[in-house]
Amino acid sequence: MKILVCISCVPDTTSKINFKNNNTIFNEQGVQFVINPNDEFGLTRAIWFKEKAGATVDVLHVGEDKADPTLRKALAIGADKAIRIDTPATDAFVVADQISNYIQVNPYDLIIAGRESIDYNGSMVPGIIAAKCDLAFVNTCVKLEIDGSTASATREMDGGMEVLRVELPMIIGSQKGLVEETDLRIPNMRGIMQARQKTLAVVRPIESSSKTAISCFEKPAPKAAVKLVPANDIDQLIDLLQNEAKVL
Amino acid sequence: MSILLFAESHQGKLKKGSAELCSYGFAIAQQQNTSLTIVTINCKNTDQLTQYGASKLICLNVNVDYFEVHAYASALAEIAVAEQAKIIVISSSADGKYMGGVLAGKLQASYITNVVELPSTNEPLTLKHAVFSNKAFANTVLEGKVNIIGLANNVHEETTQNTSTDVYQQDIHTDIICTQSSIEQSQGKATIADADVVVSGGRGLKGPENWGLIEELADVLGAATACSKPVSDMGWRPHSEHVGQTGKPVATNLYIAVGISGAIQHLAGVNASKVKVVINTDAEAPFFKAADYGIVGDAFEVLPKLTEKLKARN
Repeated sequence: MKILVCISCVPDTTSKINFKNNNTIFNEQGVQFVINPNDEFGLTRAIWFKEKAGATVDVLHVGEDKADPTLRKALAIGADKAIRIDTPATDAFVVADQISNYIQVNPYDLIIAGRESIDYNGSMVPGIIAAKCDLAFVNTCVKLEIDGSTASATREMDGGMEVLRVELPMIIGSQKGLVEETDLRIPNMRGIMQARQKTLAVVRPIESSSKTAISCFEKPAPKAAVKLVPANDIDQLIDLLQNEAKVL
Repeated sequence: MSILLFAESHQGKLKKGSAELCSYGFAIAQQQNTSLTIVTINCKNTDQLTQYGASKLICLNVNVDYFEVHAYASALAEIAVAEQAKIIVISSSADGKYMGGVLAGKLQASYITNVVELPSTNEPLTLKHAVFSNKAFANTVLEGKVNIIGLANNVHEETTQNTSTDVYQQDIHTDIICTQSSIEQSQGKATIADADVVVSGGRGLKGPENWGLIEELADVLGAATACSKPVSDMGWRPHSEHVGQTGKPVATNLYIAVGISGAIQHLAGVNASKVKVVINTDAEAPFFKAADYGIVGDAFEVLPKLTEKLKARN
């Protein structure tokens, strides 16, 4: 089984979010970039398939060379090969176009992409790829079993779970739950050494254009200070929620 | 050329968010000087959809009895082409996001999710949407020939209109790619996605055996229950209850956080909620800075009292 995991490179979850150039560009200064957590859950499941079922695992990133350390980390925790399509990831449509073209030329049985990146939260890339490449698609996937060419994938819905049976090839939108938090791997020295020998192929992009353009960012308005209510005056809290906030 | 809007249903019943979505769709139609067309798929109680000012309601019957993403996206794409829609409005619910990308791919459309306001300009079409897990907003221009707007939850006021809506029925037959083998639905309980109130517990509750306190308060308020990341990681509660940056987002009217310190990742996930109440023993907990109301106190004393008083009020 050939697996491709699409990796986005995002600010660490603890990052302070600031903008520059008149609020038109994200300020990367002092920000640590990591594998998008939703992608990392997918990558970890892919490595499980490699170790338990002999799958091969490639990772793919659309973007510039600043992501190479992140791709090396993916190799260090067990991916076989990394591919970087060398073009700025200007929006979800460019990213999905590039990935779609790559997998049409280099077919995979299973494609994994995070349900969303935690920076732009678009949640579009796996769906667009599914449409472009005519692939079966299960989003917000929290469990994935594969038997031969049939997959059983559990999708988290609003207020429930659904199990879908799908024929490969397929694409999933991965998220937390697909593997346990404790299964996530930290690269060890052996993995890091091996990663240096593995291929990181830089591929030329196809022509594609953005369909969206961010004109400016803004931050949420600052909040008023919290109103503290004494612990022995629950009535006051209920009164505030009912008459001031009007939410009861 | 009218605005096309997809109103979601689940097992034949219209979803709660439809009223807000349709009101938003009508407002955009007004702004664009055009009419609104609402589309449903396999929905039985479509009557109420005639009160939001749509000029047309198209009730599609598609050959599948669950939400099959390819079938739904194909059916909507077919209608969008037939109606020559330039703007399509959908929800940013789990199903909406599941389908939105596929629909955008099929229609070669531009698409944006988590939209929080009406367009700030029509030419070009500019929309404000939440990014960086609610730590910021982006104003984005949609440049497609067809543009899909995914509306966030709980951001637009519900309104009704006194106009008439023409209702059409249509059958569509499409290929089914994913076969549903089972479905598990939380019965009769509010869900994090559509509850007006969410009661959430953190490590301050000391163990899963104390979750009765959270559940009792939630019961009185008709609220959904949720938890912080450490609580789901330790297995006290299922992952599906984890709210925060890598868990579920919450955009409810009232969010009550009990024994949650308020790590930046948690705050990101719940920021979109309108009113936040924090109950924590630690007066220095960062959550107090992000909250509207707070009680510095022990959950084991405060919760039973709060539950009891709310019960007496009902």
